[in-house]
Amino acid sequence: MTFAGLTPNMLGALATLFLLLLVASGVLFLLKRRDPQRDFGELELRIRSWWVMVCIFSAAMLLSRNISLAFFGFISFLALKEYLSIIPTRRADRRVLFWAYLAVPLQYYWIGIGWYGLFIIFIPVYMFLFLPLRMVIIGETRSFLTAAGTLHWGLMTTVFSISHVAYLLVLPADVNPAAGGAGLVLYLVFLTQSNDISQYIWGKRFGRNKIIPKVSPNKTWEGFLGGLATTTLLAMLLAPLLTPLDTKWALLAGLIIAAGGFVGDVTISALKRDIGVKDSGSLLPGHGGILDRIDSLTYTAPLFFHFVYYLHY
Amino acid sequence: MFVRTLRYLFFNLLVRFVVLILLGLNVRHRERLPVTGPAIIVANHNSHLDTMVLMTLLPRRLLPRIRPVAAMDYFLKTRLLAWFALKIIGILPLQRGRSARGMDPFADIDRALARAEILILFPEGSRGEPEQLLEFKKGIAHLAQRHPEVPVTPLYLHGLGKALPRGEGLLVPFFCDVFVGDALIWEGSRSAYMQRLRSSIEALAAEGQFPAWE
Repeated sequence: MTFAGLTPNMLGALATLFLLLLVASGVLFLLKRRDPQRDFGELELRIRSWWVMVCIFSAAMLLSRNISLAFFGFISFLALKEYLSIIPTRRADRRVLFWAYLAVPLQYYWIGIGWYGLFIIFIPVYMFLFLPLRMVIIGETRSFLTAAGTLHWGLMTTVFSISHVAYLLVLPADVNPAAGGAGLVLYLVFLTQSNDISQYIWGKRFGRNKIIPKVSPNKTWEGFLGGLATTTLLAMLLAPLLTPLDTKWALLAGLIIAAGGFVGDVTISALKRDIGVKDSGSLLPGHGGILDRIDSLTYTAPLFFHFVYYLHY
Repeated sequence: MFVRTLRYLFFNLLVRFVVLILLGLNVRHRERLPVTGPAIIVANHNSHLDTMVLMTLLPRRLLPRIRPVAAMDYFLKTRLLAWFALKIIGILPLQRGRSARGMDPFADIDRALARAEILILFPEGSRGEPEQLLEFKKGIAHLAQRHPEVPVTPLYLHGLGKALPRGEGLLVPFFCDVFVGDALIWEGSRSAYMQRLRSSIEALAAEGQFPAWE
């Protein structure tokens, strides 16, 4: 028996992730030895947080499908909580926020029973109609539009978008004999995160021309294009191992993930800039909050999902 | 024994789940918390959750020593509540307002400090309006004068009044902030002490940047 029906490809991919972390930790160790004066604190924290995240992610994927779903549900809950904790909310809306939180288990329940129709409209339609109704019953009209608008934007990003990662898990496994739904999840999450890292490294090394200085002064064209090339290449290399995509479609998947990841990143940056915070939270030492980590995924998850869904399911 | 087990389970399962998973804490300057008794922790007060947060903040081994100082008239109202407050939460009941002639209102506190316990005090005296700082009661300065050797650690809590304000039974999750200040030292004047306590907590509050909540 393989764990939770994971294919050998999937197990190999997870093992490779750990190998990458070992390499990262090894490189850090050598850097520290070569240059003991320099402060690697931030990098060290980052890598340590990566270890924790990869361990939890792998455990969730290995244990069972339902545990994986609960894991992504919990990520949505944390992200929504972080969002609601940093934005201004109205006192009158306490109970409305409670209903918004209830959308998390419901949304992941629809996924669990494989009800695609409700999964895809529950938040954009039913929550969108219900939450303002609940606000109206309370009767506070001051800043009504801001409250209804910000709440729904938060639900869409942290719950609706992220839940697309989870829906990949319940797609029919036989379409992707190489690695099943879990393979698609790993493909998407790995490429999204590695795209963040490679954009950062390309930008750090060659970055000159700012791409949107008003929102994110550290983002450059060089970083964006370098990341785009790296991610597209990786997407083509990994596709036969983890997905049903052939090379030309994998190329497009890579472009979608790289460009989508960039947009997701800068949208959350714009949100933070608007509120006036540097990090969305302090849950992941070295990274910031959970929103800082899944910002790119809020765009790549629905984009990649509908891309493969249209092509293969 | 049974009650002690119950208290242990209550705090380590239920309270930790609520405080660390449902809410989630962002603690700054954790190293300033007392590591042993006797000690006094002073915080602003907006929610019943405040006590729960403070009790999960300290290491598990100190749990038997932590005593939230709480209003007798409120917590000893019914027998069930009194049992829960005294046995499970482990409060040290305090008479609010003037006490009877000849009675020392701080006698229980003196004894608790002599037993090296860690007291939690809310000098606002009540939870008040959510997320607003009330006038501090001066009892804490009297205590500091009586026990100049006991460290008094000021602490600022934010977000718990949003999660569970007074008069609400429904908990709504928010990440909450806990900013720990440096322990205050008694320098001989009660009014100066109150001044320093208040400005210390206000300075902690100013460290954070909190979204509007109106």
